[in-house]
Amino acid sequence: MPEQTFLDAIRSALAEEMRRDSSVYVFGEDVALGGPFGVTQGLAGEFGANRTVNTPISEGTVMGLAIGAATAGLRPVVEIMFIDFITLAIDQLVNHAAKLHYMSGGQLKVPLTVRVQCGISGTMGAHHSQSLEAWLAHVPGLKVVMPANPADAKGLLKAAIRDDNPVVFIEHRGLYRSKGQVSDDQQIVEIGRAKLLRSGDQATIVALSSMVDPALAAADDLAAQGVSVEVIDPRTVSPLDIETIADSVKKTSRLLVVHEAVEQGGIGAEIIARVQQEIFYYLDSPIARIAAPFAPVPASPTLERQFLPGKERISDAVHKMIRA
Amino acid sequence: MAKKKENLKELTALLRRMWLIRAFEEKVSALYAERQIVGLLHLGIGQEAVAVGACSQLRADDYVYGGHRSHGHAIAKGADINRLMAEIAGRASGYCSGKGGSMHIVATEAGFITATGVVGGTIPLALGAAFAAKERKKRQVAVVFFGDGAGQAGPFHESLNIASLWRLPVIFICENNGYAEFTPLSAHTKVARLAQHAKTYAIPASTVDGNDLLAVRDAMQKAVAKCRAGKGPIFVECLTHRMRGHYEGDPAKYRELSQLAQWKAKDPIARLARALKNKKVMNDKGFATIEREARELVDKAAEYALASPWPDPDAVDTQVTS
Amino acid sequence: MRELAYYEAKFEALEEIMAADQRVHLINGTFLSLSPHRHVFQTLKSKYGERMISPPISELGFCGLATGAAMAGLRPIVDLSTGSFIFEAWPQVANEAANAYSMSGGQTRVPVVFHLFHGLRGGGAAQHSGSPQAMLWNCPGLEIALPSSPRDVKGLLKTAVATDNPTIFVDHTRLLDTRGEVPEDDKAIPFGVADVKRKGGDVTLIATSYTVQVGLQAAAQLAKESIDVEVIDPRTLVPFDLAAILTSIEKTHRVVIADETHQSCGVAAEIAARIAETGFDKLKTRIRRVSTLDVPVPYSPPLEAHIGPSEARIMDAVRAAVA
Repeated sequence: MPEQTFLDAIRSALAEEMRRDSSVYVFGEDVALGGPFGVTQGLAGEFGANRTVNTPISEGTVMGLAIGAATAGLRPVVEIMFIDFITLAIDQLVNHAAKLHYMSGGQLKVPLTVRVQCGISGTMGAHHSQSLEAWLAHVPGLKVVMPANPADAKGLLKAAIRDDNPVVFIEHRGLYRSKGQVSDDQQIVEIGRAKLLRSGDQATIVALSSMVDPALAAADDLAAQGVSVEVIDPRTVSPLDIETIADSVKKTSRLLVVHEAVEQGGIGAEIIARVQQEIFYYLDSPIARIAAPFAPVPASPTLERQFLPGKERISDAVHKMIRA
Repeated sequence: MAKKKENLKELTALLRRMWLIRAFEEKVSALYAERQIVGLLHLGIGQEAVAVGACSQLRADDYVYGGHRSHGHAIAKGADINRLMAEIAGRASGYCSGKGGSMHIVATEAGFITATGVVGGTIPLALGAAFAAKERKKRQVAVVFFGDGAGQAGPFHESLNIASLWRLPVIFICENNGYAEFTPLSAHTKVARLAQHAKTYAIPASTVDGNDLLAVRDAMQKAVAKCRAGKGPIFVECLTHRMRGHYEGDPAKYRELSQLAQWKAKDPIARLARALKNKKVMNDKGFATIEREARELVDKAAEYALASPWPDPDAVDTQVTS
Repeated sequence: MRELAYYEAKFEALEEIMAADQRVHLINGTFLSLSPHRHVFQTLKSKYGERMISPPISELGFCGLATGAAMAGLRPIVDLSTGSFIFEAWPQVANEAANAYSMSGGQTRVPVVFHLFHGLRGGGAAQHSGSPQAMLWNCPGLEIALPSSPRDVKGLLKTAVATDNPTIFVDHTRLLDTRGEVPEDDKAIPFGVADVKRKGGDVTLIATSYTVQVGLQAAAQLAKESIDVEVIDPRTLVPFDLAAILTSIEKTHRVVIADETHQSCGVAAEIAARIAETGFDKLKTRIRRVSTLDVPVPYSPPLEAHIGPSEARIMDAVRAAVA
């Protein structure tokens, strides 16, 4: 199976879907020129400026335009350059994209995909480094996905574009250069299905997006110390596949949730609340969360490093749970 | 220039449509006073000529978007008043199964895509429909109704800019009634005519008497022709007045009684009726019949709505995603 | 002790605040939404009109203006009125006001208060019934206060204005006509101090905002079934008084959390997670959440009544906790 980078996998998904379905349009700032990271490179060449539409710096209105186009028969894929700027489009997302299907009693469909890049990478500071998936997961009517490897990125983006509902596709830019095997045969990854990445029996680690690699590294370290842990990647943030996680915790009786976003009000809170609701009596020790501190992302490289959970913190947390 | 010969049948139909809206809004108001309708209600009494004049020039497959005061827009575009009344009354037989209510009317069968509770919120949506229409090449146009208050919102300006830049087939119709919520326009902006904003973004714009149905209709006819021909967006500002408060229950103390009296004299329905009378198309008896027939239709709609069942609680979490 | 209506206590607070500090400006709104009592706002206008501003309908604009004014030394209180409208101003609230103090390394303070009415109001439908506080809890830098009684609204509003941090003041129109004791010489209520609204020994019921009142009604009913409910009102989400909750759970071992934000990633989720992390050993049964269902708020009254954290749903959860 060939290898691709995370970024190229996203581009492949876009190109394949645009070939397959002429109603797929890409909108965003500089997308016809490839975008700031090169994700849309080449699309304008193949599909024309008509379907790879450069927009002015008007995130809110472009989002509204895409929503309107979606209700009128197109399948728009809107790129928001940094998830920090999704704030400018949040009214359209929350009050229209998420709600039109419901408010119209099913008359309107919004087959919209929003691609946003997120996360800490490259000391870009507080307005270019956030992880805001919990905001979007809180809004009924939106689906939210966060792939952690190239195959999932490709499969989930294809699923998002084909979904008749608004889907926010969050790509961590720190993963753009990571490589992974991606099958050629247009595999779709179903939205709403978590994936068991590694089997174990003493603790379950649920790790999201950029935290998957540190979690797997921690699992290796723990294994060398005789501790066996299970690692699950939710892949979809909303709707959450709690069943997969709960089944795992039934087996291991311990749960650690790791995400890069701020802890307070993060997706980890929801995972914990739901899991303990399902399988409370199976738990042998308190559920733990590892996430960013309650602070904006600092700009200085040393502070930024401190901010990010790494494999050591994960291993320590697992040891603590087992001792408890 | 010779005046085009008026199609008198057409005018009569337009008068009927205005009366239908007027009767509908008055009925909804009465039901609200009886608490048969709850929530937030915004009526367009006095603004009927804008809705009817504008929609008279549209095809069934053109897209219309409204704001929070859009019962009239939906009716003018051809929505079924029974299903509309049922929706406003929160019944399962309403257009949106009771989930949307007055501020979020959707009647896709009639081409009324959606209203919204967010001031200016549908302006970008209309751009999207226009974009899709342009791609489809069937000469459809998108129309969005909004008030003078929307001119204060960021998305209004962004939308004018983008529509102009991309030559989108969208017609912006501003119902400038001089009030945004409880404040006169002059206390919100130094720009008295929103058509000026359109000109800033190189969009052809006109300001017309929004209570003169024929003036609105003529402006719209020209606008639609240009738009369908691919010439880009058009802005039509209609000066009008809402005869009720911002919302039902608003005592509207911010308005002077003399102003209200002035606008009453310009009532759009009475004006069209006078015009038809002068052309000897109809007499007072005929007008009275039109009014009565409109009220009868509306009474039937109210009966239908109030006799309809409430939504089943099990429906509360359906249609969140498809 | 004298009894006041909630809206009277709120107005007393505003009056005292305006009299005490010339830097305080009121921007937009009447702080009473569409309440028939909102005429009392006129008395403030007659006294302090030069410090009260009525902006155009540009939430992003005037919240940005308020943020900038706070950075430049004023202490504005912005009334967004309907909570859902904060989404228009989100970039200014979440990216500017919230981050400035930290991003500037402590140089810039932002003593602005964003006031809003949240929640189910009876026919508000999907775009006028939002409860944005859960999402705002995910924004480091913002303080969040949710009063539930006349005494709380007065005391918390004073603190909101006094702190140097940007504060979201989350109010509810269904509280406006409730009544309660407000001492004459009341002090400001500090943030980060929860209030035990009802002492009990069987179940800890944590509730916020208007749901505190609903919870108290549920507790009164449950007392007839010999279930003794302790009702705790955190009063502020940031800072959050976890200690008070853990003290209660030490006693009852059972928790129900009732709150009007949508369930997924809602306020109850975060509170549940903190309890699961730090108070797990004290629990005899799972933490139960009674949140607004994960659906857009429907317009039709029977549907709207079905989705919120009602007295009936709270009572069911409490009964399940003691079963």
